[in-house]
Amino acid sequence: MSFYATCTEWMNAGLDERLAAMTETDVRRALGASNPGPLDLLAMLSPAATPHLETMARKASGLTLRHFGRTIHLFTPLYLSNFCTNHCVYCGFNSNNRIPRSQLTMEQVEAEARAIAATGLKNLLILTGDCRAKAGPDYLRDCVAVLRRHFPSVCIEIYAMEEAEYAALAAEGVDGMTMFQETYDEKLYPSLHPRGPKSDFRFRLDAPERACRAGMRVVNIGALLGLSDWRHDAFLTGLHAAWLMERHPEADIATSLPRMRPHVGAYQPATVVSDRDLVQVLLALRIFRPRLGITISTREAPAFRENLLPLGVTRMSAGVSTAVGGHAKSDGDGESVGQFEISDGRSVDEMCAVLRKHGYQPVFKDWEPIFADRGAA
Amino acid sequence: MTKDILTIGGLELTSRLFTGTGKYRDDSLIPGVCEASGSQVITVALRRVDLESGTGNVMDFIPRHMRLLPNTSGARTADEAVRIARLARAMGCGDWIKIEVISDNRYLLPDGYETAKATEILANEGFVVLPYINPDLYVARSLVDAGAAAVMPLGAPIGTNRGIRTREMVRILIEEIDLPIVVDAGIGRPSEACEAMEMGADACLVNTAIATADDPAMMARAFGRAVRAGREAFLSGPGARAGMAVASSPLTGFLDAGTAA
Ligand code: SF4
Repeated sequence: MSFYATCTEWMNAGLDERLAAMTETDVRRALGASNPGPLDLLAMLSPAATPHLETMARKASGLTLRHFGRTIHLFTPLYLSNFCTNHCVYCGFNSNNRIPRSQLTMEQVEAEARAIAATGLKNLLILTGDCRAKAGPDYLRDCVAVLRRHFPSVCIEIYAMEEAEYAALAAEGVDGMTMFQETYDEKLYPSLHPRGPKSDFRFRLDAPERACRAGMRVVNIGALLGLSDWRHDAFLTGLHAAWLMERHPEADIATSLPRMRPHVGAYQPATVVSDRDLVQVLLALRIFRPRLGITISTREAPAFRENLLPLGVTRMSAGVSTAVGGHAKSDGDGESVGQFEISDGRSVDEMCAVLRKHGYQPVFKDWEPIFADRGAA
Repeated sequence: MTKDILTIGGLELTSRLFTGTGKYRDDSLIPGVCEASGSQVITVALRRVDLESGTGNVMDFIPRHMRLLPNTSGARTADEAVRIARLARAMGCGDWIKIEVISDNRYLLPDGYETAKATEILANEGFVVLPYINPDLYVARSLVDAGAAAVMPLGAPIGTNRGIRTREMVRILIEEIDLPIVVDAGIGRPSEACEAMEMGADACLVNTAIATADDPAMMARAFGRAVRAGREAFLSGPGARAGMAVASSPLTGFLDAGTAA
C-alpha cells in the first residue's frame, strides 16, 4: 500500500476550484463534525474559513488541552554532517553551494552529546544531508550508540531509507523519524529537486510508511510551506497523517509546519505564507486530527511561537544550532554554515522560563528506552 | 456510620479518589492537588520519570504519604508492560502497578488480551496489579483469575469528554466482579465522578480534568467532595442505587425465613 494513490487522486481533483467553492456553511459543518473528513479539512483550509480563525482557535485550543494538557515537549536537533549530493534549490546545504562541509567524528559526537545533555534535554533529533558515502547507515549506527548513552529518545531526520535500514536503526534504539516531503505537488517536485537521490518523489513519499512498518514509535511528516500552494500542501499533509494513523494506530503520527526562510543561495519562495496562513494551517490540522503531534520550529520568531502555544502546538525545539557541531563550540567561532537561519535562538533555560510564564510545563523526558530495547533482551 | 474503608492489596484507603501527575502546567501544583483532594493514591507514567534529571523530576513533587501507582503508559504489548513494571519496582516505586497496554493511538483503547497476560505474570511476581480495561465482563473475569487487585474500567474513551458513556457496562462489572472497581478515564466533571460512585464504583481515577483546570487545587477539592457525596449516596440506601445488585433481600427475605410457611 502507498499513500501515492490518495495523493495523486486529490492533487488531480481540482483543489483550487474546490477551495474557492467552499462556503461558510461548509466551514461550520467542518467545525461541528465529530470525525472530520477530507472535505472538512479542505473547508477549514479554504479562504472561506479565514474570517473564522477565532472560532477555530477556541475549538483547537480546547482539543489540545484535553489531549495534551498544559505541556510542551522539548527537543533539539543535532547536525551530524552536511555533506549532501542533492540539489534542493531552496536549501543552504545544496551541493551547489560552496560552504565548508564537515562531519562529526565519534569524539565530536560525544562532545556534542555532553553539551546538549548538560542542558537537561532528553530527546534528540539527529540530522544529516543526503550522502550515503559519508554518512551511511553504519556511521549513523555508531553515532546512535554514542548518543543513546546520553538520551533516552533519539530520532532521525535523514535521507529516505529502505524499511530494513529503518528497522536496523530502530533496533539500535532510534525511536522516531522525521521526513519532510517538502511538497506533495509531484509536477513541481522535480524542478525543486533536480538531481540526487531525493529527486525520487515516490520513494520519499513512502518513507514514513516504511518507518512505521519498521516499528518507529514517532513518525513526523510535513511540507515546507511556501514551496508550492500552501493550502494544497497543508491539505495533503493532513491526509497523509490521517492515512498513516489509520494504518499504523500503534505509531504516534506528528507533523511539523516549517515555512520558507532565507538562506545561502538565491531561491525565493513561490508563495509567501503569512502568519495568518500558518495559524490557519495549525488550527485546521489540530481540529482535523486532535491527537496529531504538532511541532513549530525555531524558524519562527520568538513572539509568534509564543502566540501559537495554546493553538495546538505540542512540541518545540530549543537551544537550536543548525550548523554541524554547533552545540559544543562556543558562539562566534562558527566555521560551519547553518542549513537555514533560525529566528528563535533561545537557550533551553530561556525556553523553559518562557513556557512556564505562559502556563506550560516543559517536558524533557517522555520515553523510557525499555520499549525499544526488545532486541537487546 | 462505621468507617468506610477501601482495601486494595492490603492497603486501607479512606479516600476513594485516585489522582495523576500528567498534563500539569507545573508539577509543583501536585502537592496542593493531593492535599485539596484528600487523595491517597497517585499514578505516574514511568516513561516520564527521570531520576537522573537535574531539571526537576515529577517524583520530587509527590507527597510522601501518597501511594505511588506507576503506570505502563506507552506499552504496546504485555511484554513491554511487564518490563516497565519490573523497572518501576527496581527504581523504588513500590509494588503497585497500573497496567496500561495500548497499541491504538487513535482511540487509545486498551488491549484486554495483552493486559490479562501482563496481569497474570506480574501478580505471580507479587505485584499489586490494577489493570486498565474496556468494561468487558469476560476480560474482567479473566483478570480476577489472573490475580488482579482491582479492575479499572474506562468511563469513556480518553479525550471524548462527553461523560460516562460506558455506564451500563461498568454497572455490570460492579455487579459481577468481586474486586474493587475503579472508574478510570472519561471523567470530565465532578458530577460524573459522583455519578460513578452513586452507581457503586469503589473509586475513581481523575487526572486530566484536574490537571488542566485553571485552578487544579480547587478542582481537586471539588472532585474529592463529589466522590464522597456519590459514595455516601450509594451507602445511604436503595434510593440512590439502581440495577440488580442487592446483597440481602429486605422485602422478600421472610419467604426464606422458615416462619412464612
Ligand atoms: S534539503 Fe536536505 S537533501 Fe536537500 S540539499 Fe538540503 S540537506 Fe541536502
